[in-house]
Amino acid sequence: MKKKIFLGLLGVLVVFVAGAFYGRASKKDVVISSSTGGASYAGGFKSDGAAAPAGGIRSVAGPAPTNVVVVKNGESILSAVKAAPKGTIIRVMPGTYHETVYIDKDDIRIIGVIEHGKRPVLDGEKKLNDAILYSGNNFVAENLEIRNYKGNGIMGQAGNNFEIRNNVISESGVYGIFPQLGQNGIVEHNVVSGIADAAIYIGMSDNILVAHNDVFDSVAGIEIENSRHAIVEHNYVHNNSGGLLAFVTPGLPIKTTFDVILRNNFVVGNNHKNFGAPGSTVSGIPAGTGILVMAADDVVIEGNVISDNKVSGIIITDHAHASNITMDPESDPNSDRVKVLDNVMLNNGYDTITEAKALLLSEGKVNAKNLDIARVGPSPGSCITNRHQYTAVGVDDFAECEFTNTATTVNYLLPPVPPREIKPGERGRVVFLGICSGCHIYNGRMIGPPIQAIQALYLENPQGLADYIAKPVKKRDDYPEMPPQDYLDPETRLAVAKYMLQVTN
Amino acid sequence: MILSLVLVTAATTSAAGPATSEFTLSTSCPPSFEKTEAGVCELRTLYQFYDSLEGRGLGGTRTALPPHRDGFTPQQIDLGRYLFFDPVLSGDGTLSCASCHDPARGLSDGRARSIGIHGADAGRAAPTLWNVAFLKRFFWDARADSLEAQASGPLYSSIEMGNTPVRLLASLNGNATYRRLFRNGFPGERGEITEKEVFTALAAFQTSLISLNSRYDRYVHGYDAALSPREIEGLNVFRSFVARCSECHTPPLFTNEQIAVIGMPEPAGRPFDVGAEKTFGSPKLKGGFKVPTLRNIARTAPYSHDGAFADLRAAVDFYNKGRGNAVPKGMQLYLHWHISDPNLTETEVDRIVDFLGALTDETFLPQKPARVPSGLAPIK
Repeated sequence: MKKKIFLGLLGVLVVFVAGAFYGRASKKDVVISSSTGGASYAGGFKSDGAAAPAGGIRSVAGPAPTNVVVVKNGESILSAVKAAPKGTIIRVMPGTYHETVYIDKDDIRIIGVIEHGKRPVLDGEKKLNDAILYSGNNFVAENLEIRNYKGNGIMGQAGNNFEIRNNVISESGVYGIFPQLGQNGIVEHNVVSGIADAAIYIGMSDNILVAHNDVFDSVAGIEIENSRHAIVEHNYVHNNSGGLLAFVTPGLPIKTTFDVILRNNFVVGNNHKNFGAPGSTVSGIPAGTGILVMAADDVVIEGNVISDNKVSGIIITDHAHASNITMDPESDPNSDRVKVLDNVMLNNGYDTITEAKALLLSEGKVNAKNLDIARVGPSPGSCITNRHQYTAVGVDDFAECEFTNTATTVNYLLPPVPPREIKPGERGRVVFLGICSGCHIYNGRMIGPPIQAIQALYLENPQGLADYIAKPVKKRDDYPEMPPQDYLDPETRLAVAKYMLQVTN
Repeated sequence: MILSLVLVTAATTSAAGPATSEFTLSTSCPPSFEKTEAGVCELRTLYQFYDSLEGRGLGGTRTALPPHRDGFTPQQIDLGRYLFFDPVLSGDGTLSCASCHDPARGLSDGRARSIGIHGADAGRAAPTLWNVAFLKRFFWDARADSLEAQASGPLYSSIEMGNTPVRLLASLNGNATYRRLFRNGFPGERGEITEKEVFTALAAFQTSLISLNSRYDRYVHGYDAALSPREIEGLNVFRSFVARCSECHTPPLFTNEQIAVIGMPEPAGRPFDVGAEKTFGSPKLKGGFKVPTLRNIARTAPYSHDGAFADLRAAVDFYNKGRGNAVPKGMQLYLHWHISDPNLTETEVDRIVDFLGALTDETFLPQKPARVPSGLAPIK
């Protein structure tokens, strides 16, 4: 890949190292590195497909839409979704819509039309559960305003190649935006506030970009949980209880979080009272935490402006120190290989928690008025650049990072994965084996007649057999009437008919 | 065409005619399985046309299934079926596997807690066996990691089937039919029937118990009308983040196979069941149990590890009564974070129950043999 070439070039630029002098707290040499030079991070996700276009991938939902419908105020978005064929853009005009919209098919885009600042509003009136539930691939939600739902604003269950952008979500339950169990998605330019858990929550997903969002007044700002290959950048994360989170939550079926880059975000004044539901994982976050890494591996923290978070700018911890969570023998409880590069840290930890004060004392930092970084629990293989600039506890044993920036990593997105092509013959065979074989075998009596007898009747007439499958009539006194298989589409019925007429055993 | 008709007639005649021996092992794979050129049975389902994140078989509608066990021969599966229904597997010849995993009762037994040998209380409810081919953990407390490891549990438990390894092998090896059938099922082996072969055959049969053709599945595969408006309403409550059912009962299997501490009640007079705390030696898992599948759930009342709920409505309603509503006073449990206070309306609870009914599919119910090699009655 081209990335490797870039890397080689950058590697030639030697890390700028200033002369050594003795620090006050320890007698170690201080190493000063410049993030404008030096090696770039090379440990992240590498796509094995074609090289990304110049400037990186900016959209992931394919294929291109082929159909447009318009929903006007007073009409139903859900009805439009139900009627829409794949490849439809549903343009939603300004107005107020009280509904839960679910999308269980591929290639649907719900795109609001903003007229002179007026958006289409989905209002759950604190009665409806979720605004949007999608499980299809290539789903896009744009330009919507979502408020007053009890569950989530936008929730995905296993849809891949999703794009959620330019939405305004407030007071909408547990999560504002929650794609789960999906691969390859973008969450950008959303304004999310007043959420009782995470404003943006990436759960058990891979290859994700969360960028340019404004998240505030929530318990957690942006949470990357049990997910891999995620970049969180250029977000404004303010006045939450905790700003940015990279977690492994125990007890989930996918056990890891690794390869997460948190860079160039504003993480400011996340001191909101924690109003997380009792028992929720985030209810244990100390209000006043800028960035929290718990049990996640290979998290790079770079170029953020982290200021005015009263407990600590960054907390790096493990499962053992999180008293409110369960255990999971299959989860590694530690935050391994955390990489703290240059960040601007201002006025963090000015009113920190007792535990953090004790840690500061234990390292002899009796006069510390602030706390930028607190590490508790094992964090093997971690590194830090320019550590002397931070007031920190628990990072003395961190190594110097061997790189100063992540500049060569544009993002971890993939080109839209084309739908898998299934040949009709293959579909016919699998439908026969997966469904029909419960009643029909080749040459014996089961619930229905043997295939051989069916072949004798329909040998030259697969369409006739396909039609019979859809609307069977009782033909033989010695067998029960067949239930209609009209839930299979006509193409599949014909494919299974053709398959049945050619089997030989 | 004439030739085909003649063949049909011939086949029908021979099937109806007298068998050379009363017990022969099938050479055909069960429904939903394809016999490969190597002569083993491999599962075929429409879900194989889908993918899943990290290959884990968890997600939404069109999501692939988790990795599964298959590749047994038709003979091994059929031998497992005879063993499964044969009371000779129990210590006193009164119980078969099917006594507690009865095809007529959703491959469970309709009891709050199963009844073992001499009427013993077996302690927990019998889980269904539908789709066990996809599971990695067995028993409510997840103490076995394979079907083979699981088999020795009930067989040798003094409150379940009450047998011993020695007595089990003695009775099977003392039976000429079983000796012949095992050599047929395991043609590479010679000599006595081994415990390993017994467990393999039982695993082969159990992994053939597939239920993936419910009305919900038809909906998934693209037929919108497969679910009624009420059931779709229920699906949307089920997967909403207010009810959060699908966070643990995750499609397509409707379990994520994790241990979850729910804080379910014990029936009056029963001591608190610590569940997975014992398996993992972890107090944080006190009262934790494996998340059960919800496929065919309407067929397996009563519900929970100890049958605390008589029907589905009561089971769903338990979650709606709020976090920790049945935790014994003074006991600290690390309740799962998804156990919340959903405050669903009564109608929403009803709709979830409606939706769960759409997960029923027993089209591939196994055939109970009319007779088993021991000569005992197949199910007591």
